[in-house]
Amino acid sequence: MSKYSGNPAAAAALFEGHQVHRDVYIDPEVFRLEMKHVFANAWVFVGHESQTPQKGDYFATSIGDQPVIQVRHSTGDIHVLYNRCPHKGTKIVIDRQGNTGKFFRCPYHAWSFKTDGCLLAIPLKKGYSDTGLDQTEGAKGMKAVGAVHNYRGFIFARLAQDGISFEDFFGDSLSSLDNMVDRSPAGRLEVAGPPLRYMHHCNWKMLVENQTDTCHPMVAHESSAGTAVKLYEELNLPEDAPKPPAMEIIAPFMSPYEFFENMGIRTWPNGHGHTGVNHSIHSNYSQIPGYFEAMVESHGEEKAKAILDENRHNTVYFPNIMIKGPIQQLRIFIPLAANKTLVESYIYHLVDAPEELTARTAMYNRMINAPTSIVGHDDLEMYERAQEGLEADGLEWVNIQRLRTGEEDFSEEVVENGTTERQMRNQFDAWARFMTWDAPAQEAAE
Amino acid sequence: MNVSKEQLIDFIYDEARMLDEGRYTEWLDLWLPDGHYWMPLDYQQTDPLNVTSLMYEDLFMLKLRVERLNGARTFSQKPKSRCHHVIQRPFVDEMKGDSFVTTTFMHYVETRLDEQQLLALTAKHDLALVDGSLRIANKRVDIVNCDAAFRNIQLLP
Ligand code: FES
Ligand SMILES: [Fe+2]
Repeated sequence: MSKYSGNPAAAAALFEGHQVHRDVYIDPEVFRLEMKHVFANAWVFVGHESQTPQKGDYFATSIGDQPVIQVRHSTGDIHVLYNRCPHKGTKIVIDRQGNTGKFFRCPYHAWSFKTDGCLLAIPLKKGYSDTGLDQTEGAKGMKAVGAVHNYRGFIFARLAQDGISFEDFFGDSLSSLDNMVDRSPAGRLEVAGPPLRYMHHCNWKMLVENQTDTCHPMVAHESSAGTAVKLYEELNLPEDAPKPPAMEIIAPFMSPYEFFENMGIRTWPNGHGHTGVNHSIHSNYSQIPGYFEAMVESHGEEKAKAILDENRHNTVYFPNIMIKGPIQQLRIFIPLAANKTLVESYIYHLVDAPEELTARTAMYNRMINAPTSIVGHDDLEMYERAQEGLEADGLEWVNIQRLRTGEEDFSEEVVENGTTERQMRNQFDAWARFMTWDAPAQEAAE
Repeated sequence: MNVSKEQLIDFIYDEARMLDEGRYTEWLDLWLPDGHYWMPLDYQQTDPLNVTSLMYEDLFMLKLRVERLNGARTFSQKPKSRCHHVIQRPFVDEMKGDSFVTTTFMHYVETRLDEQQLLALTAKHDLALVDGSLRIANKRVDIVNCDAAFRNIQLLP
């Protein structure tokens, strides 16, 4: 008998404050429920507006397990539509991006749709006269998601028609996105090239949790960061000689526990949070000539300093993205199955800032997050060992109680010691609430 | 000293064999100090710097990569990966003084535990004759499905 199917409350009960049951990572029924409830009721990142700059430009991606299209409509607004023909289900677009002109045309029987999804034409339409086609759900055209919000160029969507508003969902956590965008003298970002695409055989939540796991870098990355430090020392370069770029990017992963304790972690309601309240591994990056001047020019000195003094490390936006404001990187953890996750790592160019900044961000992306990256290899090995290890029946719970001394209230913004696992618990608190978000309505409908 | 087409072709074959046999110290010695190993992320990518690549590594990074493979705490190499190149006869595209360009099509297999992946590659070598021996000035490796989602690629294609 199935334990969780149709029973989101049973799934939500797998989070007990200080521990979570392994089924949240390995059970396919729990995964199905996450897709139906968590990913439908939360605001999920879709793409950046610069990926669809012109009218008719589209970008195909997924929200949870739902195939969707981000498209620039003829009015200039961005719409998010399910990637499915209302006739027989054919995916409307199959390439990752392109331009569809004024309308989408299904390649199977040529039903066509405006770029807001509305049905435009059906060939040989008289075949449907007196059939009542106009009474069907498909007659309206391609279905749009429940709600779309463009926040400073970042497109988020909520699949559910009704639910929490964008502002209530994100609240003050938007300060991290603001900081990332404000680092452009023009206040605007543009996507720089395609994302890295890295296939992980583990649950998507392991990746999200790892973003604020500050007790793993000096251990799991000793092989890459530790070896970098050792190699550099062996070179015996004079103090003032330029360091190899790898030292700026990779070596800070070897920082001691104290560094991570003092960096601090902030959590916001609804599962959002970030590491690096006080400092981060990005704090000591070298200055790029001309950048500060450009920032002062457009923001004034005081504001420019305030923007650049912020060195947040990883900001997690529940459910499935992480951004790095100081280097304009966004990673999305796309759930494919309980034990399969596609990680896409995007970078953005700061409009009107020197290109050297984009070059450093591109370097970070390939050194740390590529399928060819030694740091990525360290992490993937841990996730996949955990995914396999969780099958062991001897123990059934995963511990997340570091620095938890009692009941916690996640509806408050809180700053704590940087090695707390509070942000992981914060994510599970949101997970359990969104899992059961529409439960009363559903039961009433049944 | 004059370099023949035959010598250039042998060089490419020897390099592939070094990688397959894990003779990394010898392999690193082939490189000129300013060289870069570039593996683009995008099909027909032209810019290695301002967009993401899979690799764009200087000699320090390549040494780090090689050194890490043997580290006592390199858990993703316990057990170790193995690789295997099958290459077509390299094309010698340019022979200008002491500089040479070759293009080589190859199939690359990398394996660890029960997983094995096959990549189809095009390797472009910029070679230079320095003090009587051939060296790698730059190397570009294009994976034919570079935009696909990959699992780990831990060794050097
Ligand atoms: S399936 Fe799209 S028009 Fe028939
Ligand atoms: Fe890590």
